[in-house]
Amino acid sequence: MSMIHVFDPALCCTTGVCGLDVDQQLVSFSADVAWAAQQGAHIERFNLAQQPLAFAENAAVKAFLVRSGEEALPLTLVDGEVALAGRYPHRNELARWAGIKGVTTLPVKSTCCGGDTCC
Amino acid sequence: MLLTPRAALASFLDHPPRFLFFTGKGGVGKTSLACASAIRLTDTGKRVLLVSTDPASNVGQVFGITLGNRITPIAPVPGLSGLEIDPQAAAQAYRDRIVGPVRGVLPDDVVKGIEEQLSGACTTEIAAFDEFTALLTDSVLTSTFDHIVFDTAPTGHTIRLLQLPGAWSTFLDAGKGDASCLGPLAGLEKQRMQYRTAVDALADPRRTRLLLVARAQRSTLREVARTHEELAAIGLSQQYLLINGVLPAPEATLDRLAGAIYAREQAALAAMPDALRSLPRTQVPLQPFNLVGIEALKQLLRDTPADVGHDAIAAAPPLEAPALSTLIDEIAEDGHGLVMSMGKGGVGKTTVAAAIAVELAHRGFPVHLTTSDPAAHMADALDETLPNLTVSRIDPHEVTEQYRRHVLETKGAALDAQGRALLEEDLRSPCTEEIAVFQAFSRIIREAGKKFVVMDTAPTGHTLLLLDATGAYHRDVTRNLAGSGMRVTTPMMQLQDPRQTKVLIVTLAETTPVLEAAGLQADLRRAGIEPWAWVVNQSVAAANPTSPLLRRRAVNERGLIADVATKHASRYAVVALNGEEPIGAQRLRQLADADLRPVSVRG
Repeated sequence: MSMIHVFDPALCCTTGVCGLDVDQQLVSFSADVAWAAQQGAHIERFNLAQQPLAFAENAAVKAFLVRSGEEALPLTLVDGEVALAGRYPHRNELARWAGIKGVTTLPVKSTCCGGDTCC
Repeated sequence: MLLTPRAALASFLDHPPRFLFFTGKGGVGKTSLACASAIRLTDTGKRVLLVSTDPASNVGQVFGITLGNRITPIAPVPGLSGLEIDPQAAAQAYRDRIVGPVRGVLPDDVVKGIEEQLSGACTTEIAAFDEFTALLTDSVLTSTFDHIVFDTAPTGHTIRLLQLPGAWSTFLDAGKGDASCLGPLAGLEKQRMQYRTAVDALADPRRTRLLLVARAQRSTLREVARTHEELAAIGLSQQYLLINGVLPAPEATLDRLAGAIYAREQAALAAMPDALRSLPRTQVPLQPFNLVGIEALKQLLRDTPADVGHDAIAAAPPLEAPALSTLIDEIAEDGHGLVMSMGKGGVGKTTVAAAIAVELAHRGFPVHLTTSDPAAHMADALDETLPNLTVSRIDPHEVTEQYRRHVLETKGAALDAQGRALLEEDLRSPCTEEIAVFQAFSRIIREAGKKFVVMDTAPTGHTLLLLDATGAYHRDVTRNLAGSGMRVTTPMMQLQDPRQTKVLIVTLAETTPVLEAAGLQADLRRAGIEPWAWVVNQSVAAANPTSPLLRRRAVNERGLIADVATKHASRYAVVALNGEEPIGAQRLRQLADADLRPVSVRG
């Protein structure tokens, strides 16, 4: 099964409550990760504020950080290769990478602006 | 249960459990009381460990020895040992462990961003709690001690987080960061069992007693009532209330100021919040001396009053210090702008803000005074007295609740029970209130281009640096407008510009409050904000008292006022302690300028 690694920007709280506005993407993505893990996916998150070494030791992530800066995070690697940058994966993308069957391809409902890409 | 007046002063130490925690805000004297209690407990032949986490810890100095972060016998007191934990140093050690290996490897601005994320109050608090755990769980280190006395206590937020099963399962079991404010524990090696045992010990009334330390002031009593309810709710049910520094009745007859202070303190005690009334209570009288040395500490809990030494006080010349009105003169020159008074709870920042607003309005300027103090009586009825003064309030509790509800109902709607509990606890972090209040204030900040806006709060540098909306927006704006010659101001830029914003740091002429104020200043400087002035509030020295006890206090204040003037502040003012509550426009103006007082208190 594929390994999914998600590299978060520096977060005080992964729920995002420390920002000026709580980021719906963070709240939803945390729930999606928990769901995917429950379905047996191999998924791991790294918070730049807490595990910066994981960023420094991965050549692809380090190069991305040097080139595009912290504001270009999050970055998702699937089996070590860049799969997505600049936003969090949706639930159906996680499902595809992890090979979870029987998932509706409809976007996950979000309270933000109707879609799952937050404004 | 109120202890009868005849009960011994130290009765709060009867039948002591293994752990005693003193808690209260900076400057109420919890370190002195903790030291005095530790000495007292050794009198019965017990072996006692005194643990200080006060950032301004002077425990070593108090005993005339050098203490540090290892258990050291305090030789002059048989049976007593001491230990100083510096929470700032613990947090710094944690940051170094995380950031050290990537410094020079990852881009510098990325490293800086990581350090800022790890500079919050949560990191400090959790790092300090980590140092506590070894002392709260039975270890070889502490097995020889009968009692362990702490001069601080963890907050309800920390304990609740550690009690939350969801936080543990997603966090420590996995060994990596999914749970919020527990983040700092990721880098700490303690076992889950050890944290749980520590929390259990805290919540066990047979093992732990909490001593709430307050002063006889309305605002501190309100704050202590909140701490009491929060910690009782999570199991710390064995609580005592200690009211420190109460002016003794005989002193009240010696001069006007002492009389007025006495009346005000007794009124505050009479109006004590109901939640506190059921607690066993002890009043510790105000001492004339500095609480340094074993003899002074022993005296603190003796039932016979100390000898003030009436002859020993030389008549000091009146204090030469600028009045608040000198600062107002300078503020008034601009004709408009944002003025923020900032300081820890209980230093009187609302009073200072109100005094400035009233004086500016009196001079004919349009002024908007905004207060976040829910009991800001002095702001009552100001609207009617001054035509160009507007007063508004932001209730921090209310706006925070609204913010929490909003986040839970919108962003948290799709979460399962465990995720929701975690989000709910994250929303109880100290950051949340600050952010909610800042949002409410930032709507008013904009008005400062046309009139004076005076507010009794300011965001911390840490919050400012974390706020994406201002920080990130700021960066975007600067990038997009580079070279275009256009000027756009964000709230952050407005706060950084001394021509638009003046931040006043309010403090008391006491050791811990001055150190805390210096900490606030350092924090603001990190965010590129240079405090404009300091205000030393409620100064006994500036009131020139005649009561021997107050005169002695006044002498002690002078060194600290000199420190503020020479070491901390680029400009400063001193406001004299006033016996009466400064309610109404007239009394507020008198605070700014002593010459406006109808009757001088100088005896």
